[in-house]
Parts: sequence; C-alpha cells; structure tokens
Amino acid sequence: MHNNCYHCDLPVPPGASYQVTIDGRSREMCCPGCQAVAQAIVDNGLTDFYRYRTEKSRNPQQAFDEAKKTLSLYDRPELQKSFVTQDNENTRHASLILEGIVCAACVWLNERHVMALAGVSEFRINYSTRRATVKWDDSLVKLSDILNAITSIGYIAHPFDPGRQEQLQKKERSLAMRRLAVAGLGAMQVMMLAVAMYAGENQGMEESLKNFMRWVSLLITVPVVFYSSSIFFKSAWRDLKHKQLGMDVPVSLAIGSAFLASIQATVIAHGEIYYDSVTMFTFFLLAGRYLEMMTRHRAGQAAEELIRLLPMAATLVVDGQEEVVSAGDLRCGDCVRVRPGETIPADGIIIDGNSSVDESLMTGESVPVGRTVKSHVIGGSINIDSPLLVRVEKTGEDTVLSSIVRLLDRAQTEKPKLSRLADRVAGWFVGIILLLAGLVGWYWWQHDPTNAFRITLSVLVVTCPCALSLATPAALVAATGQLTRTGLLITRGHALETLSQADHIIFDKTGTLTYGRLQLQEVINLHCDSAQQALAIAAAVETGSEHPVARVIVESADQIPDAQQHLTTTGQGVQAVVNGKLYRVGKPDYVRELNNDPFTHTVLENDRTVIALGDGKNTLALFVMDDLVQKNAADAIKDLRGLGLSVSLLSGDRKPVVDYIAKQLGISDAHAEMLPGQKLSFIQSLQHSGQTVAMVGDGVNDAPVLAGAQVSIAMGGGTQIAHASADMVLLSGNLSHISEGVVMSRRTLSVIRQNIIWALVYNAVAMPMAAAGWVAPWMAAIGMSASSLIVVLNALRLTR
Amino acid sequence: MNILYLLIPIGIIFLGVAIGLFVWAIRSGQYDDMEGPAHRILMDDDDPKIPGNENKPEVEGNQGDER
Repeated sequence: MHNNCYHCDLPVPPGASYQVTIDGRSREMCCPGCQAVAQAIVDNGLTDFYRYRTEKSRNPQQAFDEAKKTLSLYDRPELQKSFVTQDNENTRHASLILEGIVCAACVWLNERHVMALAGVSEFRINYSTRRATVKWDDSLVKLSDILNAITSIGYIAHPFDPGRQEQLQKKERSLAMRRLAVAGLGAMQVMMLAVAMYAGENQGMEESLKNFMRWVSLLITVPVVFYSSSIFFKSAWRDLKHKQLGMDVPVSLAIGSAFLASIQATVIAHGEIYYDSVTMFTFFLLAGRYLEMMTRHRAGQAAEELIRLLPMAATLVVDGQEEVVSAGDLRCGDCVRVRPGETIPADGIIIDGNSSVDESLMTGESVPVGRTVKSHVIGGSINIDSPLLVRVEKTGEDTVLSSIVRLLDRAQTEKPKLSRLADRVAGWFVGIILLLAGLVGWYWWQHDPTNAFRITLSVLVVTCPCALSLATPAALVAATGQLTRTGLLITRGHALETLSQADHIIFDKTGTLTYGRLQLQEVINLHCDSAQQALAIAAAVETGSEHPVARVIVESADQIPDAQQHLTTTGQGVQAVVNGKLYRVGKPDYVRELNNDPFTHTVLENDRTVIALGDGKNTLALFVMDDLVQKNAADAIKDLRGLGLSVSLLSGDRKPVVDYIAKQLGISDAHAEMLPGQKLSFIQSLQHSGQTVAMVGDGVNDAPVLAGAQVSIAMGGGTQIAHASADMVLLSGNLSHISEGVVMSRRTLSVIRQNIIWALVYNAVAMPMAAAGWVAPWMAAIGMSASSLIVVLNALRLTR
Repeated sequence: MNILYLLIPIGIIFLGVAIGLFVWAIRSGQYDDMEGPAHRILMDDDDPKIPGNENKPEVEGNQGDER
C-alpha cells in the first residue's frame, strides 16, 4: 500500500517523487498538478487552507488541461457579450460556476487568492450553490487573469449567463421569505395580545381595552391575510376553477371565514376573535412550503449547468484565414480548426489531420480512440494528439450532446410521479374534511346557532392536515441535511423514499468503482539495466504527448533524458531518438514492427492495458497500466449486500477489463460493452420484473440511465450532466456513504410512518372533540401546533 | 392600564421596523447563502494580530498541527 497524496488523496504512484513543504513538513504529492497547486497555495501565504479544510481536494489534472485552452478567449468583447455586465466604463461583473469546491475551506482559499489580485473589487462565493460573482476593473486586470488565478490553485471557473430561470427563482425565493417574515412577526404580536386577552377573560378586563386590542389585532392580521396568505387563496381559486380539491381549499376556507367572523366580532365589539389562529396557521403553512421550495430550486440549478459542456469559442477557417468565433454562431458546412487539448465545438467530419479523441464524456471509454480523415467526431469530446480540421455537420439541437440531453428530459418526465399520487390522496382527505365540517356546522346550526360557527371553525383548524403534511417533509429535510453533511447530496424529494425501497443497485465502472485515471501498476524489465532506466527512456520518447498513457509514464519517471525526432502514429504509439538510438513506445505490436522480436509474456494474455518499450533489436520492457479501484469500493459493495441489495456492474468497456474489476470487487453480475441504450433497457427489464433499481454513475453516457432508474446517484467528480439527471450526488466520492444513505433512508421512512400514524391518531381524537364543541378555536390552533411540533421533533431524531 | 394605549402602538411601530429590516436583509441578499458564513467566521485572517503570534512567520505557525 502506498501513501496517498496530501492534496487530493489519490494514491501516490510507485517511484513518483513530488514534494511540497507545508507547515514545515515535507508532504508527498501524486502528480505535478497537485505539486504545482500546493506550491501556489503555500507561496501565496494561504497554508491555512490545509488546516481548515474538512475534505481532501479534487485532483487538479482536469484544471490544468482546461488552462491549456486559451483562457484569453474570454477577454474578447464578442464572447463577453453573453455573460458579462458592464457597470460603467471599466467596471464589469460576471457570474462564475466553480468546480472543485468540496468544503468551506475551498471558499476561503478562492476568495483570499482572487481578492489579492489588483483590480478585483469584489469576489464572493455562494457556498450553497457553488457559484461566484466577480467584479473587476477591466483597465487593471483581465477576466482571463482572474480565471487563471483560480486555475493555478486547482479549481475550474466557467463564466456563465445566470439566465432568466434563475432570476425567476431568486424572485420567488425572496417573495416567499418576505411572506414568511410578515406572517411570523405578525403571528408573534397577535399571539401576545391574544394571551393578554385570555388572561383578561379570567381576571376581568375593561371593555374598552379589550376592544382596543381587538382592533390592533385586526390591524396586524390584515397584512398577514392579504399579503402572506394570498398564495393560498390564489391556488385554491385555481383548484376550484379546474374542479379539483387541493390542500389549499380548506386552508383558504378556514383562514377566510375565521378572518371575516373576527372582523364582524371586532366591529360589533362582541364575540370571539380568531386572529391568533389565522396568523399562526398561515405562518406554519408558509414555513412548510418554503422548505419544499428550497429543495426544488436546488434540483433545478444543476440542470442549468449542462449547456456549458460545449466550448464557447471555436476557430473558424475561411479561405485559409483563421478567425475566432462564438461556438453558438457555427453553421453546418463551416470548417473549424481544433488544436490538441481543445474541445470539439460541434458534431462533424474530419477533413484534414489524424489524432486521437477523448470521448469518455460521451461513451465512458477510458482510452482515447483514433480518428482520421472522414471519421465522425462528437461535439464535446476532446482532441488529444494533433490539430484537426473539422467540417461542421450538425449544430445546436441536432448534436449528439443535445440528443443525450433530450433523452434525459424524456426519462425524467417518464419517471413515476409519486407527488401525483399524494395530490390525489390529499384531494380525498380535503373532501372528507369539508364534508365533516359541513355536517358538524349543519348539526350545530339546528341545535345551538350561537356556537355553530365557533365549533365548525375548530373542526376546520383542528383537522388541518398540518401535522400530516409536515410528517413527510420534516423527516425528509432532517435526513437530507444529515446526509449532506456526510457527503451525499439529495437533489430530488422522492430520492430517499425510493432508495429505502431499492433492492437492486447498479454501478458504472469508470469513474465510479474506479478512479477513472490510469496508474502505472508494474514495470516488467526484460532487457534494460533497471526499471528506472526503462522508465526514463520511455518518458523521453513520450515527452510532449497529450495521450493519457504518455502522461502517466512521464509523471512516473525520475529523470527524463533528451530525445529528438518524435514521430507519433495515432492510436499506436510514439517513436523518438534517445542518446542516438531509435526507440518506440506504444502498443506491443507497434513496437514489434521495429525489431521483429517474437517475445511473449503472460501479462499480455490478461488484456490489461500494456505499453511496450523497444529498440531495433529487442522489446526492452513492458509497462502495465490499470485504472485503480476506489479505496472503499469492496467494503461498500459488501455492506450493500448485507443490506439485502443485489449488485450489478454495467460498463461500456471491454469484457476482460470489466471482468477483472468485477472479480476484484466480488461482483458476480457484470455486463461489458454496453451502450447507453442497452444499459437503459437492462434497467427497464429489471423494473418490469418488479425490482426497484438504484443506479450509480458519473459520465454523460450514464445520464439517460441515471434518469431511467427509480433512484440514481451521481459521483461528485462526475460530469454536470450526470449530476443534473441524478436524484443524489455523492459529493464525498466515498462509496461507503451509499450504504450509509440506504440505512438512513430506511430510518427516515420509519420516522415518516410514525409521524403519519401520530398525525392520524391525533386527528381521530381531536376531530370528535372539536365536533362535540369541547375545543375552542385557540385550543384547536395550539393542539394543531403541538401535534406539528411533535412531528418535527421526531424527525429531528434523524440528525443524531 | 392606560399606559397600554401608548405601549401597544409603539409595539406596532417596532413591528413595522422589524419587518422593514427583514425585507431589507432579504433584498440585499443576506439569505442567499445560508451555509457559507457559518464556516467563514472560523477562518481567521488575523493570525499575526493574536497576542504571542506577532513575530511568527505565517507559514511556520503551527508545526505538526494536523486535523
């Protein structure tokens, strides 16, 4: 077992030596990326980051790839138009999405680092949404400098257009909060007066003072009813117009009639007033709605971040002249140049050049695939080796990426809507309440008209489905909060409920069960002096190559001699002259072409990724690469089995690789070489046989499958599109948190059941008492609140 | 008890002020991020100002302090 990287916690590859002195102690890093980031943090006097942080940082590899893309493009006015607001001549501000924020210390680090730049006047990160706003003086600092500064400490910032939807959400949130504030403060004041009047009832209070208090209560209640409760009236009216019975109908009826009766009592200075009941009732209901809205918004935000997979700028070639344009302006038939490391801006056909392309985002395949003239390339994949000239075939709506997004939309809408069922049940419940209240009112009208209204109102308030409607959300909110703290973020309301019922859990391979990153496992020395020497020569040959395999070799070497005359054969390997001798590094067959050495080795039969090094005479050494299995994967799978779930592995990768991983983890049901569509139908066939399926995945290719499963979990390090389609996001990346989540979800469900039973028992007891006229409306309101309070306290047990 | 005729209206004025302040706080975005500030306050920028720490260079401040 090797050490793990101090920065990102990935295993340090054998033979690697990257060290940074932090707090006076030398720390080991896994790659030059982590080393550079840690060094930048130390050099800027931000060492405290390592003390504050509660999670290990993300590996910055991706950030560095991103940095190679020309960030300076973001300085161009025609690109800035879409996401930058100009305040006056030089001050501008923009919104950024930050990737890699895992704990509060990341926020601190970014803010400190960026604010240190001259010309940045404001930089604030919202920890809940992982978004930032930046305000800068364009004459002193450029946007690209700011983005670069963020990249240098290992995070990725994307400018984005906050868009209309987000502004609407913000408005909705602020309105809901204002309603809540008015209702809450109003309820407190009215309660205070109400208590005084109840006390005055016993001890004798002057009639004029009593009257004064009635009018004051009315004055405070007016804004609560007309401002805060207006949403209940509106939605009740909407329900009635559509001939439905929603929760809001009896709510409006209770609030409206109690308010009107109280006004009458106030004006004639005689009779009961119910202002306390009205305001308290409004406040409790609004609080419940607010919590519900917050969960909904969080889910919505993730979905908006999809679009940013495509690059914003593209290099258009017209008559041999290159011109940078916004990717959104590309038309079919345009020719674009894509340099190594750049993202391909749209679907198209290669008309010049050959290279390997990383399509892992789309297909989940971990190794880049060779592409040459006349092959199709997919927008959103990354060009690795050499420049390509691509003719755009499809743009916008027609691209593969868009079609995945559409597939995702469909899968999401086809999802069983539990809420629809809840609404129907609520309709019945409400109907029964109204009917009962009507019967009670009619009965008392016949026998005791003076008390009929008071008793009917008590029935309406006491049977308010408050505890019942809080029973589920209170438990869900408590459990959600607790799970978020451990690193499992829940983005959809039904997720916990469904997870507790799941009986089959399916894992994707790359990036989920494995780290999604090749590591050098073994150097087999055949004809070299030492493994170190073999590595050094191979690294010299591979220097400058963008291929992930090459990068692993270069990173693993201690020292790298000079090499000349590099020649890359796409999809095969590289040759170069080192110390006057010609070497080849690449696939064993490619190396064999050079020396005709008919060697064999057992490692070649396992179909693991093997890279050979050879000269004109012999094959000198073999390098065995593997995608490492996540630390906790085996334990997590054992735990899940212990909880009674069956475990399957679905992967788009080759069969031997999948079998190898499955054997390591003890998964007997492994399926290889599956396309997204096949994965989806696999899940659907399980669902038809009556199973509740949970899916864990990370890539774009998994998105439709994630959406198709009843409950889905995306890896925190995965793509945004996977996050958006999943019901939960595993921010910690620790697979054993999934089994904890299952345990938690089952506990949550049992708490919900207890709560519902309690609420029903309460209603069954309180309802006849109210109907018999033993309960005053204020007692009904207190009883209703107490029953809600018990429900909430019971739910809070989940946070321990 | 006549004082109540004065005190209750004053109470209502305070209520109005409280609601006004609340609405101002909402409008100025103080409720946008409910998690960040709780952590932010724990991250000191003032290590050198704490008595006894004045002369210590920032980086070598807490040797072997691992949490």
